[in-house]
Parts: sequence; C-alpha cells; structure tokens
Amino acid sequence: MFEDLTNKLETALKKISGQGKITENNISDSLREIRRVLLDADVNYKVAKKFIDDVAAKAVGTEVLNSITPGQQITKIIFDELTSLMGGSYTEIKINGSGITIILVVGLQGSGKTTFSGKLARSLKSKNRKVLLTACDVYRPAAIEQLKQLGGQISVPVFTADHKDAVKIAKDSILYAKENGLDTVIIDTAGRLHVDEEMMNEVAAIKENLQPTETLFVVDSMTGQDAVNSAKAFHERIDYDGIVLTKLDGDTRGGCALSIRAVVDEPIKFVSLGEKLDSLEVFHPDRMASRILGKGDIISLVEKAQEQYDPDDAEELEKRLRENKFDFEDFLKQIKMIKKMGSLKSILGMIPGLGSQIKNADIDDGQLVKVEAIIQSMTKQERKSPKILNGNRRKRIARGSGTSIQDVNRLIKQFQDMQKVMKMLNAGGGRKNPFMNFKNFKVN
Amino acid sequence: MNLFKNINFNKLKDGLTKTRDKLVTKINETITGKAKLDEEILEEVEEILITSDIGYDTATRIIENSRVKLKAEKDRSKLNVTDVIKNELISIVESYNTNSEFNRLDQYKPYVILVVGVNGAGKTTTIGKLAHNYKQAGLSVIIGSADTFRAAANEQLEVWSKRAGVEIVQRSIGADPSAVAFDTVSIAKKKNIDIVMIDTAGRLHTKQNLMEELKKIKKSISKVIDYAPNETFLVIDGNTGQNALIQAEKFSDVTDITGLIVTKLDGTAKGGVVFQICSQQKVPIKYIGVGEGIDDLQTFDAKSFVDALFDVNEVA
Repeated sequence: MFEDLTNKLETALKKISGQGKITENNISDSLREIRRVLLDADVNYKVAKKFIDDVAAKAVGTEVLNSITPGQQITKIIFDELTSLMGGSYTEIKINGSGITIILVVGLQGSGKTTFSGKLARSLKSKNRKVLLTACDVYRPAAIEQLKQLGGQISVPVFTADHKDAVKIAKDSILYAKENGLDTVIIDTAGRLHVDEEMMNEVAAIKENLQPTETLFVVDSMTGQDAVNSAKAFHERIDYDGIVLTKLDGDTRGGCALSIRAVVDEPIKFVSLGEKLDSLEVFHPDRMASRILGKGDIISLVEKAQEQYDPDDAEELEKRLRENKFDFEDFLKQIKMIKKMGSLKSILGMIPGLGSQIKNADIDDGQLVKVEAIIQSMTKQERKSPKILNGNRRKRIARGSGTSIQDVNRLIKQFQDMQKVMKMLNAGGGRKNPFMNFKNFKVN
Repeated sequence: MNLFKNINFNKLKDGLTKTRDKLVTKINETITGKAKLDEEILEEVEEILITSDIGYDTATRIIENSRVKLKAEKDRSKLNVTDVIKNELISIVESYNTNSEFNRLDQYKPYVILVVGVNGAGKTTTIGKLAHNYKQAGLSVIIGSADTFRAAANEQLEVWSKRAGVEIVQRSIGADPSAVAFDTVSIAKKKNIDIVMIDTAGRLHTKQNLMEELKKIKKSISKVIDYAPNETFLVIDGNTGQNALIQAEKFSDVTDITGLIVTKLDGTAKGGVVFQICSQQKVPIKYIGVGEGIDDLQTFDAKSFVDALFDVNEVA
C-alpha cells in the first residue's frame, strides 16, 4: 500500500526537478499528494490541512539546492516539521521522591490499558520501585482476573475488591500500599467511551479523589479520524499528563499520533510494541514521522529479525565463522530464520527506498525452497564436510531434492566462494558475522 | 436465511447518532442557505466524509459522482444534495448480498464459525453476544476458547458462556489453540450441536508466526469435519482508521474471511469505515456493534444502516 503512495509523491515532486525555486505553483501538486499521504495515514483532516499550509509557507521561496532533488528537500521539511510537532517536551513520568507515586491509566475499550499497566509495573519494578497494581475495571468480565494473572507473571501484587465501586477500590488500594510499604500504585481503569457521561464521571471522580502523580491516556495507534475527539474529550475531563501509543508492532502508519499532539499539548511518553511484558519503549518522534510518511520501516525489519534471533545461536555461529567451520548445517539454519521473517518480498519492502522499486519485481521465494531442499538431501556428514561431495553424491542429492545437478553444483560453488570470502575476512581480523550486527542495531 | 431478526431501527439510529451528526447534519448545515453548489461546499462535504473515516478514495469518488449528477440537476437544494450522497452510499453497500446471514445453515450440523481479529477489537465480547443471540433463536451453541495466550481470556469467555447459557470448552493457558478447536468441534459433532464458535487470541496481521497458527487452527477443525469451518469472521474495531482495510486484506490472505463484524460503532463519529470496507473488500459485513448491551450486536443491513444514518428526525 505505501509503496504506491511513495511512488505518487515521487512523481509529483519530479515536476519541481530542474526548477530553481520552490513556488506556490510548482509545489501545489506535491502538496496534494502529501495531504493524501497524511490522510491515508489517519492524520485528522483539519490537522493535515493546517500542517500542509505550514509546510507550504516554509517551503515556498526556498532555493532548490543543487545537491539534492526538490522532492528530497520538501520531504526533509515535512519530516522535520512532523518530528518537531510530535516531539518537543519529552518528559519522563513523574515519580514522587517521598510518599506514594500514583499512576492512573485511562482510555477507550480495547486500547490496551491492562497490558500497558502490566508493562509499566514491570519496568518500574526493575527500577527498584515497590509497585502495586490496582484493578478498577469492575465492568468487563474477567478484567480483574487478567490483571491478577499479569501481576503474577511479574511478581507484582494486585489489589482487587469484590464490589463495584471503582472509586473506593482506588482509594483503598492507596491505603493498602501505605500499610504494606509499597511506593508506587498503578491504577488500571475500565475502558470507556468519551461520550459516556456516567463513565467519564466515574474516572473523573477517581482522579479527583486520588490526585495521581501522573495520569496516562492509552490510545490504539490504529485509531482513525476520531482520535482527536476522544483525546480532546478525555483531556477536558481528566486532564492527563501523557499519552501512550499501543500496538505499534502492527503496520498502522499511526497518523493519530500527530492528530492527538496537534489538539492536546501533552507528550507521548511510551509506545507499546507487542504482547510480551517487556515490550515497552520510550517514544521516538523521528521514527514516528518516518512511519506516517510511509518511508519504509527499517525499525520493523530490525525488530522482525530480532524476534527470530537467538543470542546463543548467533554466538555459536560467530564462533564457527571465526574458526572457518561454517558448514551447510549452519547455512540451513540461516535460511530457516529468514523464512520465519516472512516472504523475501515483504522483507525487502521494509527497506526504505527499496519499497517502490521492488513493487513489480518478481522475487522468487522458490529459490530458497530449492536451496533448502538440496541441503536437506545431503547426509549429515556431507553437510559438515562439503569437500566429500563428489560426482556420485551430487547426482544423488539432485535426485533426492528434485533439482538438477547444475542446481546442486551452483549451490556448492556459491558456498565455496562464501567460505573463501570468510577466510579472507578472518585473516583480516574484522568483524565476521553479519548477523551479529542486528544485536546492537539502533536507529537513533 | 436470517437467524434472528434483531434489527431494531430505533436502537440502530440511537447507536449511530454520533456518526449521523457528523455525516448528515453537518452536510445539511453546510448546504443550507447556499444559493449554488460551488467548489467550496463540495470541499466541505469532502472534509465531513473524510473525518468520518470513509477514506480518501471513497470520499473523492462520492464527491466526483455527486458533482456529475448535480450538474445535470436544476434543483440543487439541500434535500437533493443529501439524496445524491445517500444514494451513492447505498450503492456502495448494496453491491453486497447482505440479505443472507448464513449459507445453508440447515445443511450443515454443526455449523462452525471461527472468529479472528487483532488485539482489543472485541472478539470475545462479540462471541458472547452472538452466542446469546443464536441461543435465543432456538439453536444449540458451544463455544471453544482457543485464546490460550492472553491472561484471563478463558475467564472472560466463561462469564459470557454463563450469561448466554451455552456450553464452553477450555484448556489451561499456554495450551495448543488447535487442540482446543479440535476438541470443541469434536464435542459438537458428538452431541449434535447446531453452532460452534471458536474464539482465538488477538493477533496483529503482521505477526507471521501467529498468522501461521491460524492456518493450523483451521486445519485441525477440518480434521474433525471436512467442510468446516463454514465461516471465518474477522472482527474489526469501528474506531480503526485506514488500517482496517489492511487488516481485512491480510487476514483474507491467510484464512479466507467470509464475513466482517464491525464493533464499537456507537458513541464515535464513525461508521465511515463501513463504507470503505464495502467499497474495497469483497467480504460482506455480517454484524455491527452499536452498544454495550447483549442485544446491541445487530445483523448488518445496508439499507437500514444508511436509512438510520440519514434519518435526522429525533430518535423515538
């Protein structure tokens, strides 16, 4: 989907190529495309409009630099503008030096409050806070049970009660924390619609009674145009201090992040990626900007690789490479890892800039299957010492894998070439395993 | 055939109040008092359409078609403009055969429904409500809790099974979801139950491994009964923006989605997403959720939906 958009943007921007200055005239087509990109990313209509006007004001009159294309120049202006709009005043969550720190978690149904509460509890616990989770969702069936189980997983106590008075539960949990020497209370509330008066009153009452140190609004990053309305309504009633974006491990472009920041002047404090309790991160405005613009997603690629990456395996592999022991067995493992990440096309599509080029390219996952079949038709001994692969053995492998002897020869040749390169690298003493880089990979 | 006649027009209207306020009332306000329909008005109408999540392409197409139709018309009063847009919307949703809820239910027993979707879309709640509705319609129902991942998913579904008064099959957390599905369908077959519903763990469509797991669940169901599952429903949160389309597309790639259920359409300025999915996906919408009550999950009917949307008289 976004290869298409990036293409369009590139086409529209080409019109400015060769012109010395960005003018209202030559930029208008591009702006229309940018508007479309933003709307398709779920940026609110009004926010997108204002944003485009601001960008135009900045861009018009700018000299087109020789070193870059006008398209790149405008993209840079947009990117910087997006980044600064969503970033700015990043503040960590407030923690009381003395006394109890109370964190209130609010949001719509299904936005991910309970999972986030568990993640936050885990993260604060690792910073030596003595955390208590309070289950105030007295409406959704088994919501309390869910929090209890999450608390159990991370060994954090969970405060519950069997009545339906959420305000009282919240208040009691603070007393409980005091009595038990706990210094941080995270209050998980029921999901509610911002138009539900009664439910909004309830959460306002909790806030009023508790005077929390920090109130966080949790929002699903897939939310559409309505994000501005719920963010605004919650802010008017609850006056939260920060925003949490969840489910960013999906492929949503997350334009709601920009929309919300445009209507509510509160920082995005966390992003939540995935269901495991350790997948909580601080917010990076530049990553988000690149995501909204659909400029490929190198981060997801890295994360996908990491998901399949086993540090022990990698270490073992590195050792084998260093000792020139890399064999077909290792090769097979690598192929399997890549296959787990998805089709080759989808992997390549995540590389910035490549997206548009591979759209029509015919990338054949069958090649991998073939290679896999050939290796699997080798005996253990053959995989470990490819040197013994004589003509007869090769013939047998070709038959066994349903390929031709040429295919087998080609693979063995490639493998030998690879070994040669590695030998050279090893002799040079450089870093050998390309996969090791993933471990330390960070994009600011 | 429709299993239950649960389209309560007033309730539907009530649930869609916000969407209607946004879509229709605003369009009317925009057009009222304007002598002629100029570009500025059309742009405002476009804004209204886009902010209801109808999507850029769909909005542009409606505007284009309206422009063409209105050009030929002499009477460009407010009523007329609304009508043109309304007809455009109806034609989008009506290209579907949404009359039949299920395909030949009488010929398949048990009739197996697999329910899938991303995290927090409302799968479990939807299954609870559907179970209640099917039961009310006089059918025997069994539900299988194949969400063995999320904390307390079992307990949540159990509460719903009690509310609906239907049997439930569960295993402990971390168990193989395919095994739960297999057991549930096997029991249904043995006990001659009418409808089986299998709840699955929420999964983002970008998680390759989890999508593979869905295929496996499906396979294990068809091991018990070769024609099953009869339906695979994708549950989509009505608050979702453009990602809803991608979800529909990606889940279809893996599991052959036969119907969509759009939840949480009440209380938000939404509903636009319904038109977009209709116009770009080949999968019909089966049910929509317009409230939190057990009866608020309604059979989707294109015409009623648009009518309720455009009926600006006060809800009785």
